[in-house]
Amino acid sequence: MTMKMVTLRIDEHTVEVPAGTRVVDAAKKVGVDIPVFCYHPKLESVGMCRMCLVEIGRPVVDRASGKVVLEADGSPKIQMAPKLETACTTPVSDGMLVVTTSEKVAAARREVVEFILTSHPLDCPICDKGGECPLQNLTMAYGSGTSRFIFDEKMRSAKHVPLGELIYLDRERCIQCGRCVRFQHEVVDDPVLDFYQRGRALEIITRSEPGFDSVFSGNTTDICPVGALTTADFRFGARPWEMKPAASICAQCPVGCNIVYDVRREAKSSGKPVIKRVMPRQNESVNEVWICDKGRFVHHYNESAERLTQPLMRVDGELTPVSWQQALETAAAKLKEAGKGLVTLAGGRLSNEDLFNLRELTRAQGGTTLLHTHMGGGEWTRQLGLNQGSNLGSLGNGDAIVVIASDLHQEAPLWWLRVKQAAQRGATLIVLNARPTRLDAYAAHALRYQPGEAAQAVAGLMGNHKTPAAFQTAREALAGAANLVVFFGSDGLGLTGTRALAQTCADLLMQSGHYGRPNNGLVGVWQHSNDQGAWEMGYAPAADLVGSLKKAKVALLAAADPVGDEPALAKALAGADFVIVQEMFLTASAEKADLVLPVAAIPEREGSLTSGERRAQRFYPAVPAPDGVRPDYTIAAQLGQRLGLELEGRAAGLVFLRLAQSEPAFAGLSYQALSTAEEQWPIVGRRDLYFGGTTYDNNQGMGTHLQPVLKAGERPAAVAAALDTELMDAGDNLLVLPHTRLFDQGSLVRFSRLLVERVATAELRLNPATAKHFGLAEGVAASLNLNGADASVIVRMDDALPPGAAWLPRRVGVPLWAPAAAQVKVMERD
Amino acid sequence: MLQGFMTTLKSILEKPVTIQYPEQKRPVRSRFKGRHVLKRYDNGLEKCIGCALCAAACPADAIFVEASENSDENRYSPGERYASTYEINMMRCIFCGFCEDACPTEAIVLGDNYELSFTSRTDAIYPKDMLLEPVPEDGSPTPQKVPAGAFDRAIPLMQDATD
Ligand code: SF4
Ligand code: SF4
Ligand code: SF4
Ligand code: SF4
Ligand code: FES
Repeated sequence: MTMKMVTLRIDEHTVEVPAGTRVVDAAKKVGVDIPVFCYHPKLESVGMCRMCLVEIGRPVVDRASGKVVLEADGSPKIQMAPKLETACTTPVSDGMLVVTTSEKVAAARREVVEFILTSHPLDCPICDKGGECPLQNLTMAYGSGTSRFIFDEKMRSAKHVPLGELIYLDRERCIQCGRCVRFQHEVVDDPVLDFYQRGRALEIITRSEPGFDSVFSGNTTDICPVGALTTADFRFGARPWEMKPAASICAQCPVGCNIVYDVRREAKSSGKPVIKRVMPRQNESVNEVWICDKGRFVHHYNESAERLTQPLMRVDGELTPVSWQQALETAAAKLKEAGKGLVTLAGGRLSNEDLFNLRELTRAQGGTTLLHTHMGGGEWTRQLGLNQGSNLGSLGNGDAIVVIASDLHQEAPLWWLRVKQAAQRGATLIVLNARPTRLDAYAAHALRYQPGEAAQAVAGLMGNHKTPAAFQTAREALAGAANLVVFFGSDGLGLTGTRALAQTCADLLMQSGHYGRPNNGLVGVWQHSNDQGAWEMGYAPAADLVGSLKKAKVALLAAADPVGDEPALAKALAGADFVIVQEMFLTASAEKADLVLPVAAIPEREGSLTSGERRAQRFYPAVPAPDGVRPDYTIAAQLGQRLGLELEGRAAGLVFLRLAQSEPAFAGLSYQALSTAEEQWPIVGRRDLYFGGTTYDNNQGMGTHLQPVLKAGERPAAVAAALDTELMDAGDNLLVLPHTRLFDQGSLVRFSRLLVERVATAELRLNPATAKHFGLAEGVAASLNLNGADASVIVRMDDALPPGAAWLPRRVGVPLWAPAAAQVKVMERD
Repeated sequence: MLQGFMTTLKSILEKPVTIQYPEQKRPVRSRFKGRHVLKRYDNGLEKCIGCALCAAACPADAIFVEASENSDENRYSPGERYASTYEINMMRCIFCGFCEDACPTEAIVLGDNYELSFTSRTDAIYPKDMLLEPVPEDGSPTPQKVPAGAFDRAIPLMQDATD
């Protein structure tokens, strides 16, 4: 698709930009700063603040001939417009002349700043934006220094308005640019903010209950050009210039948003450097300039006093602190003893380097490496996943996206946002789920299947399975797609169901040839940030984890807590001779372990993660690790050393080099490659912060896609035989289906005191008809007996859910990972 | 030699230039810059609003400020925030007075105390309670419990002493 290009002059520069570009963006491209307040390159322009006024001239066209009139010297005659125009709303046109340096423009800017300041409190000394404030900067650059307005006539408004428990509004500082309102309406479609009143009395209000109910709310504080919106987390936490930024990757979901940890010494933490705030770091291929509230507010876990800082060993039945020396000697001896009886169970929170070293260590003993997850299908994402050149942001008209069995909004918010935007750009979105999700609203085809029949639904999409007529139209829509990305998740499914689903999705992609090239392939909506990395290195979940753990002589659990997850696993593990746990906290598994090794958290160390889009990205140390903890890869290397195995443990970058040599998917990658950054559009975070908000510019690396495993046309390794299907009929019992919520009671969320109110609780949602059948009513407390445990839940009616099953979130204290049959009892009121 | 004795004799009659420090002290000049004092309003509230501009202005990086939010139950300053930690390292301070210039509320003032001696490096760090001036006679100590809504400015206007 070629775009019509337009050539224009801006001051002394000549620039060629696509037709439709706004003057302000064209100017930015040649380094001319046109000051803005209400304009944001990711939002529709509205022309509300008038800060961007410039003089614009257009070539004079002779009406009769339609030709451009020429001056005596042969240059086109330019007619300057009588009035100034807003550069943020005016599209460029051929031969246009933009003047930003005239006295007329300077006067306009002076007056607009003076006008905006008529009711501005000038709280700069204590304002959280002070130091990185567009209004401050532009006043200094273009303001007049004095005001003709009377100080005492300033508007006085509320200065402390909690919009929700996360975001505070200072109405006096608001300059009514509407960026926050437009972000909520246009970008994330959570229209919970609005204007109220008009003129000078205009106010920002929230219309939702609870207040500012959006998982993207924190972003408004970044793009607010003044200090009107602040987060409860950072409010008065530090002055911007006092903090040191450290680039990192959010490890809360498989999207892998690029972030920055702003760090400062804190007296409250006895002078230790702590993370004061989390900001997005621009990566137009991953998270653009946004992050979700989980990524922004969950960072408190690493400061927790509950962190383990000493190895613990079971002596006379009690976990007792021991030296690292002793702990490592013991562990190494046990590993040697175990030989083939070693089972390493790794969690998807580990970095690529940790996983690699652990794998080498385990393989050298002849042991088994397992991934701790309830979701299968990585053997397919590994072969058919996305590769170099893929960018969800480039999908649009003519492309197709299929999202099946996933509530992206809750599981991977940034993917939800980018898939929604692709659909809004014209991509055909097909959403399949057993229950309605928020993505349905943007889907060309929102299809339903019977609970548990996800794989069959995909087969139906291929015409291999009898399905309703709606599937037929969706199939036709898919047929002509230029590019196809398929997201599959575990909404209402467990290990077996997701494996079958992934395989059918793989069939779909192979049948239509949508793999092995950019913007085509299969993406797993995993539960952890680096599950994809683990799959790439050959980790896979055990089909029967209970059986595998039962057979283990020595179990090494890294970032995995099977004991806390399921009573059956706890029982299985009890049979092992020796259990070693590598963890940050004393989890249920650690409590039962024979040896506990404390590990460093992500902000305290170096490493890399592989996102669900198969993008390897680096994170950097932000704060010093507490004394006594070590990164997982170092522990594995030090154990290896004692077993005569030469593993790299000195630096994460060196481990990565070995990984690159041993795994074809990582071939040719290095830390240098991961840390290269390109110039990106829009420009954010530079001297002129006002353009894109306080989001950080990315110069620490944008990551790189892994190498493709299958090229287009190549057939994958043998396709597994027909797979078992998931439990779909619970007989007389209630079929309970798991789904994932963003703020669950996971091990890290609980440390962020701010998120408490948003955390999911054990609420059983079901259709009123089903509820009636089981004698349940809205709001009653019920007891569920499932997977060998009793759990109490609160019943919630939901008409939107299909009858026949009930939905319950994962990680809310109920051992539910796959569909389960539950006996329900209404609990007696006490 | 005689001339030498003459000089001595003359000096005996002269007024001595030395004084018996520390029993006797010389008053300092009006523009003398000594140890910092954190001022209070007459009602006892602290003038400092914890903005850390003094720390930013300090060329010797001697000041460390950490702010917290005031509430009507626990009010330290009339503004929105106050300095929950305020420390000056007297060993680093070069008594330039930039902090005084930077302060938007005239909270920090270089006083007349020049008696700064310490026996250890940590002793040279003066915390907030050493820097704050005593509570004035009709004032009450901080934190104070104040009626809701009495203080609604982020930065006090400083038009009268109770601001
Ligand atoms: S928003 Fe900017 S100009 Fe307004 S008080 Fe805050 S720092 Fe000052
Ligand atoms: S709160 Fe901020 S972003 Fe929203 S309208 Fe006011 S100034 Fe603009
Ligand atoms: S979308 Fe995922 S990766 Fe991005 S900030 Fe949220 S939790 Fe983190
Ligand atoms: S002394 Fe003055 S400049 Fe320093 S933090 Fe307090 S109010 Fe700000
Ligand atoms: S009117 Fe153009 S930036 Fe606000």
